[in-house]
Amino acid sequence: MRHTVRVTHGDQGGWTPSPVARERAAFRAGRRRRSFLLALGSTLVLVVAAVLVVVTSPGWERTRSSFFDLDVATEVLPGLLEGLWLNVRVWVITVVVALLLGLGLAILRTSASPVLFPLRALAAAYVDVFRGLPLLLVLLLVGFGLPSLRLSWLPIDAVYLGTGAIVLTYTAYTAEIFRSGIGAVHPAQLTAARALGLTRWQTTRRVVVPQAVRNTTPALLNTVVSLQKDSGLISILGAVDAIRAAQIEVTGAYNFTPYVVAGVLFLLISIPLTRAVDAYSERRGWGATRPAAGVAR
Amino acid sequence: MTHRVSDAVEIPDPNAVLSVRGLRLRYGDRVVLDRLDLDVREHECVVLLGASGSGKSTLLRAIDLLEDVEDGVIALRGVDVTDPRVDADAVRARLGLVFQAFNLFGHLTVLDNLTLAPRLVHGQDRRTAEQAALAMLERVGLAGREASYPEQLSGGQQQRAAIARALVTSPDLLLLDEVTSALDPALVGEVLDLLADVRASGTTMLVATHELGFARRVADRVCFLHEGRVWEEGPPSIIESPTTAELAAFLGSP
Repeated sequence: MRHTVRVTHGDQGGWTPSPVARERAAFRAGRRRRSFLLALGSTLVLVVAAVLVVVTSPGWERTRSSFFDLDVATEVLPGLLEGLWLNVRVWVITVVVALLLGLGLAILRTSASPVLFPLRALAAAYVDVFRGLPLLLVLLLVGFGLPSLRLSWLPIDAVYLGTGAIVLTYTAYTAEIFRSGIGAVHPAQLTAARALGLTRWQTTRRVVVPQAVRNTTPALLNTVVSLQKDSGLISILGAVDAIRAAQIEVTGAYNFTPYVVAGVLFLLISIPLTRAVDAYSERRGWGATRPAAGVAR
Repeated sequence: MTHRVSDAVEIPDPNAVLSVRGLRLRYGDRVVLDRLDLDVREHECVVLLGASGSGKSTLLRAIDLLEDVEDGVIALRGVDVTDPRVDADAVRARLGLVFQAFNLFGHLTVLDNLTLAPRLVHGQDRRTAEQAALAMLERVGLAGREASYPEQLSGGQQQRAAIARALVTSPDLLLLDEVTSALDPALVGEVLDLLADVRASGTTMLVATHELGFARRVADRVCFLHEGRVWEEGPPSIIESPTTAELAAFLGSP
């Protein structure tokens, strides 16, 4: 056998699954069914247990009337929706501005030009300060500190000041994310670009930044999601967003249901957003949900 | 043996270390392996030849249960390991796989690379595992480099460390996936010499390679993969006198 030459000739005709393959497929289908039933069962047990704990607690009746009053909820919904629209606008603007400024800062900080040294130092100081300051503190300092300067050209509206404060903080975050992405571009890519005769700036613009953006997209999308909820912090300055509107209703009605409604409204935006981001990441192959990518079993 | 009358999968050879029957594997619409048959017997060294994309790497990955197969049987010592009821981790623990790009763990020293599986998978204590690892490093010519990190080694040294890592668990079958393709020519020789030495020690090997010289020198049998199956197989002399036009075309002879 060992020293005979064996030759297999061309097409051996169409393929139909062998009994072995069919048996395995049936076994796998059975195991999938079993996994589904197990998942369903364990979920039911958990949900029932959680509901029981809450509903049988001594204060449940009172809690329900002061946090889950349906009449109050329907009554305050239009006002809260109006506030939420403000949150959405603030969110979109802060996302766009923080991403653009952050990218600019990151490029500046990774540049090598000696002329730009003072700007680089300034950018480094800015990131150090605003990455380290609690967002709430920045909001209070900007919201109450800037108006006290009495500059006539400076808007004193809480919405503008609050948006500015969020941008200040989040630009520092996005700048650091972009900078780590730029640092992660392999040096060979720079060598290749410079070897082709591209200038430093052309290399940055055409080779480094596109790869850095791709590397950091998951982290940036994560930042976009947390910006959505942090837009609610402008309420601290008195801007009537969903949270502030809820607060007003709570004081008027002595009932906490508006807070719950506001929470649900935020989740209605952030949960689909998170899912969409996950699905997008998965499709691009960045998914963190496959623990053993590249290994079938 | 050569021609199959139906699509029923043949009984694998129970005496072979590895016996593949009717193996079919697909990536999407592309059929990579199409009813492939292959046997590797005890102490045998079988070399897989074939163009890039002919399925050599995929076959090795499938044998190590890193790919899902569509049909067919992969049997190790007569036991069908493609059965989904089989514990894939236990099967892989009995096999050694060496990769084209070494795949050494960069955060571990060479010694820790070698002792990781013996300690975690085979339950050896640190002392036993380290003694075996040091002996293995000596054998592959890396004595004294146990405390180095992979990036401190040359490509050839890294690949020899990777071969040592695969051998230190005494696998039933050593799978080698184009282990010299990522090395520059000056370093290929030291790795091939090591493989010839491993072969001489009786290790059962299945080797995907482009090194025809190695196939001539070391192989017991050569299998030429084409269109997802073993197109022509025989002793290393088929490299000099191929029977099929396809193997002749691959070898570049007239």
